[in-house]
Amino acid sequence: MNYYLLIPFLPLTAFLINILFGKKYVQERAHWVSILAVAGSWIVAVFTLLKVLKGETVNEDLYTWVLSGTFEVSVGFLIDQLTTVMLIVVTTCSTLIHIYSVGYMHGDKGYYRFFAYLSLFTFCMLMLVMANNFLQLYFGWEGVGLCSYFLIGYYFNKKSASDAGKKAFIVNRFGDFGFGLGIIVIFLTFGTIYYEPVFTQIGGVAAQTISFLGYEVNLATLIALLLFCGAIGKSAQMPLHVWLPDAMEGPTPVSALIHAATMVTAGVFLLARCSPIFSLSEPAMVVAALIGAITSIFAATIALVQNDIKRIIAYSTLSQLGYMFLACGVGAYTAGIFHLYTHAFFKALLFLCAGSVMHAMAGELDLQKMGGLKKYMPVTYATMFIASLSISGVPGLAGFFSKDEILWLAYAGPSPVGKFVWAIGTIVAFLTAFYSFRLIFLTFHGEFRGTQKQEHHLHESPKSMTVPLMLLTIGAVASGWVGIPNLLGEVIGIEHSNWFSGFMNPVLGHPEAHGTHAEEWMLMGISVLAGLGGIGLAAVFYLGRRSIPVLLAQKFGFIYRILWNKYYVDELYSHTIVRPTLWISQNILMGITDAKIIELIVNGVPRAIGGVSQHLRKVQTGLLQHYAAIMATGALIIGAWILLR
Amino acid sequence: MVPLNWYLMLSTVVFMIGVFGFLTRKNIIIMFISVELMLNAVNISLVSFSHFLQDLRGHILVFFIITVAAAEAAIGLALIIALFRNKTTAHVDEMTEMKG
Amino acid sequence: MEHITNNLGYPILSTLIFLPIAGAVLLLFIRRSNGTLIKWISFIVSVITFILSMPLFTHFDKSTYTMQFVEKHAWIPSWNVMYYVGLDGISVLFVLLSTLVTILCVLISWEAIREKTKEFYISILIMEGAMIGVFCALDFMLFYLFWEAMLIPMYLLIGVWGGPKRIYAAVKFFLFTLVGSVLMLVGIVVLYFYAGKTFNILELMSMTYPYTMQVWLFWAFFAAFAVKVPMFPVHTWLPDAHTEAPTAGSVILAAVLIKMGAYGFLRFSLPLFPEASKAMTPAMLVLSVVAIVYGAVICLMQTDLKRLIAYSSVSHMGFVTLGIFTLNTQGVEGGILQMINHGIVTGALFLSIGIIYERTHTRKIADYGGVATVMPVYAAAFMVFTLASIGLPATNGFIGEFLIILGGFAARQWAGVLAATGIIIGAGYMLWLYQRVFFMEVNPKVAELSDINGREFLALIPMIILIFWIGVYPTPFLGFMHETVSHLLERVNTGSGMEIEMAKQIIESIK
Repeated sequence: MNYYLLIPFLPLTAFLINILFGKKYVQERAHWVSILAVAGSWIVAVFTLLKVLKGETVNEDLYTWVLSGTFEVSVGFLIDQLTTVMLIVVTTCSTLIHIYSVGYMHGDKGYYRFFAYLSLFTFCMLMLVMANNFLQLYFGWEGVGLCSYFLIGYYFNKKSASDAGKKAFIVNRFGDFGFGLGIIVIFLTFGTIYYEPVFTQIGGVAAQTISFLGYEVNLATLIALLLFCGAIGKSAQMPLHVWLPDAMEGPTPVSALIHAATMVTAGVFLLARCSPIFSLSEPAMVVAALIGAITSIFAATIALVQNDIKRIIAYSTLSQLGYMFLACGVGAYTAGIFHLYTHAFFKALLFLCAGSVMHAMAGELDLQKMGGLKKYMPVTYATMFIASLSISGVPGLAGFFSKDEILWLAYAGPSPVGKFVWAIGTIVAFLTAFYSFRLIFLTFHGEFRGTQKQEHHLHESPKSMTVPLMLLTIGAVASGWVGIPNLLGEVIGIEHSNWFSGFMNPVLGHPEAHGTHAEEWMLMGISVLAGLGGIGLAAVFYLGRRSIPVLLAQKFGFIYRILWNKYYVDELYSHTIVRPTLWISQNILMGITDAKIIELIVNGVPRAIGGVSQHLRKVQTGLLQHYAAIMATGALIIGAWILLR
Repeated sequence: MVPLNWYLMLSTVVFMIGVFGFLTRKNIIIMFISVELMLNAVNISLVSFSHFLQDLRGHILVFFIITVAAAEAAIGLALIIALFRNKTTAHVDEMTEMKG
Repeated sequence: MEHITNNLGYPILSTLIFLPIAGAVLLLFIRRSNGTLIKWISFIVSVITFILSMPLFTHFDKSTYTMQFVEKHAWIPSWNVMYYVGLDGISVLFVLLSTLVTILCVLISWEAIREKTKEFYISILIMEGAMIGVFCALDFMLFYLFWEAMLIPMYLLIGVWGGPKRIYAAVKFFLFTLVGSVLMLVGIVVLYFYAGKTFNILELMSMTYPYTMQVWLFWAFFAAFAVKVPMFPVHTWLPDAHTEAPTAGSVILAAVLIKMGAYGFLRFSLPLFPEASKAMTPAMLVLSVVAIVYGAVICLMQTDLKRLIAYSSVSHMGFVTLGIFTLNTQGVEGGILQMINHGIVTGALFLSIGIIYERTHTRKIADYGGVATVMPVYAAAFMVFTLASIGLPATNGFIGEFLIILGGFAARQWAGVLAATGIIIGAGYMLWLYQRVFFMEVNPKVAELSDINGREFLALIPMIILIFWIGVYPTPFLGFMHETVSHLLERVNTGSGMEIEMAKQIIESIK
């Protein structure tokens, strides 16, 4: 047995213990099982990181999973730099959120169940990132989707929660449809679905075209786009983004772990992992960049007007995921992964802070009913403030470095749409800062706008919740320091300060950038200005004159309504996909094909036979002399035939 | 010597009378008698062929037919009586139990 | 003429076929008032049969495609009919599935069947014998005998112990299958005379038949098998039969009976009529894909639990026939595995529905809601079956469906793509069903239900184990098939070249 197997299988063990014995034996001690397991994984992951730093990567098969003809695939593990980063992100966030959940879920009826699911999720996510072939990746992929389904629908007695879980699963299935086909095309092209041979051979066949459903398409583009389908489903990019805002029905630690830090970034991980394929297809890259850019601005605009504290953060997640896609689309995979890594900390922190606020507000989510919480919950306020600064790209904090790197590489990279997505990215940076601080100001500043009863209940969260917040704050501040742009590094006197980029180089390569130092400084300045401008505007609107936003909403009522209704995408899908399918099922297939056509034939044949015999039986008059006459005639005919032939 | 044709003609005439009677008369007893007529018409032709061919097997067959006809008459009449008791009529048109 | 070739030293297949039948005969002598004894006897008989079938799993030689555990005796020498049984990689798993499912059926009917108990268990045991017989038979006469013998107990199970519309359903089931079977009988007779009066399936397989004759016979056999599968558009008996049948009947129907159709394609249609099968592939793929999508879409609007699962069977069996007619290794192996999977999963789903039906006596989805709150263990088990049904990785459904879609895509791209949409819709209807039954607020009608008891748990646990076993480590199961499937495909794909040429010409002329 290899040490790294402990990383995924410790959480799996915890899951099994909790789900099998949780109800009867473990009960209120369920968190011990899960936390110990996940913390164990974290320790092994750190150990793995040290090994990988020394250059020891792993690519081994455990056992043959499926073997059929020439199709052979194993359960296998690949540990390289990319995997290690993901391992650290997943186990760190998971451990902290497990700890946080002890306080947050305290006294819940399904306490053991919650921890079982969290551990199962961690297992699946780790299997996903550690896979050395596409099918195991797919296993983890669907596995995390399943856990997401369980955890979104954790409060399954609520219709909205169970609806949201179902929606998440089914929307993801749409993406996985393409992903699965992508795996199949890979197998039929290369005869294997292991990463290594596929990535080494892809260069040789990239120029080939393949007939796909009658169309001649470039092989690399086809594979890349099919895989990309899976990525947009899991990472909730346009047009499959609809599930993520609804997913906020789940308990807040779940939103933090699954729908911010880890699972939703799996799409980005996929893009980075398959960078050898994507890099060979310019159309696929452009699609990725554009989808990322569109999603980021789309989600950011929606977030401007929402009032649900968790949904705002969810749209913010969408927007940031768009950033990561944008980065991958312009070839800056390292920057994408870097943003994934910093984002995991500050976004998980934002969610956990929101959870802390909800905890104090007895489940209240409406921003308009909060206000002035600063004095009741100082720790939450401070940490959330820092997280918001980080996401707004204030220099020195984690978000600044990753966002800046993305924007710079988009601008200076070789991508044909680079300038365009850079412009969108910069606007989004402004919007992000604005809505993040709108949230902060409405929640923590001003007067309390809730009920008297709620105000009495206000309190700072217990230690088990605030300690993870503080630990994550360290990440939100400092995690970016491993990737300080070399330009800045020179100023502060650190050589090769973008250590992260160097670390990822063996897997993701070095992104191209053609630009002068002056340009780089200028861009950095623009994005910082955008961030600070957003914060400033939010301060004017929500700290100063609160009448302005109300006035704006009235004046631009049409736009406001579109944003408030999230561009009516849900309604669009409901009217174009869901309802027509159900209508066809009910009225065409059940009503006509099955009930009328098939049953008509099936029941029609016996009925026809019956109908004929209804007429035929009339020959049987019952009159003896009729029979005799017919008999005589028959005898006559036979006699005549014999005599005359 | 009466030629064979004459016998056969007689046989045909008797048989046709039987057929005609069976098909047109409505009283079941008359119909039954018509059946006997047809049987006897066959007997006539059998006997005449037998004589014409100088082969006694025809006679033997006729005796069989007479015997069977006697048995048949007994059973047939018994059935008719049973029917009459049930239906209180011997009219064949009223016996349509087998109508489909 | 008499000989037994297997490495066990005793006629294991005959034992398996006749032990349940002997058990049924034994039941005849039990007084009908002694219900408990009847149940225990049938339980013990089915368990013994299962235990006796275990050597098939452990002693099967996976390195050969030839028939194993063969028994051959003269039966009606004047017609050259033999008692000839044996197993190969295609059939061995089905025998095991049959013996397992029977135990579960006995367990699940323990409380549910209160009237005519004796006759019920006699039917079940005779059914088991006939099912095993069908999978073992290597003589067409014997095969046909078992094939039709299966109909009678099933007809009785539906018609006597079924729901309110049971007579309609039973007659429909009987007529549908009988019409198909009769056409197959004609085909068998034609083969018998053409091949010089032999019913020996292996001998028949070694001959080549003229192309036109192959096509006619292919469709004659198709009639029998398509109805059993059931393929679109002859599927409408299945929802009726499933809804009206008692739980045990539904389980046997879903788990074993409808596999016979697909088994028939593999055992007879492909090797007997290779050229015709190849030529008919597009038609079969179209029918399969239609069944997948059609069955799945129609599931969305079902309001009856059992009817929904029945239509989902149509969809899942569409995957199986799709896999079989891809005529490549992944497709066929996936198809066979998916048959087993479907037997396990759908069987388990019907078992589960039976468990709750026994408590509520309603099959309407609208009468449920919030069951997960009152019956958590049951809900967890049902969740496992749901996930296996929608093909989640690490459950058995995934392996089968993935291999089938892979094979389907390799054979015809559109087939793979359309089949994959079935998986999306599958997730839709199963999760919606689960939501409406188990999630949301507790429906007052189910608020008082008690969770499953030990006996019911015992009936479900083997299925759960199998689902994960096949899902995580399918090698022991796929291993049975490799040799047989590659031999089968060799026969199909390297038919005499001349006839393929002729087939092409015919197709051209039609165009």
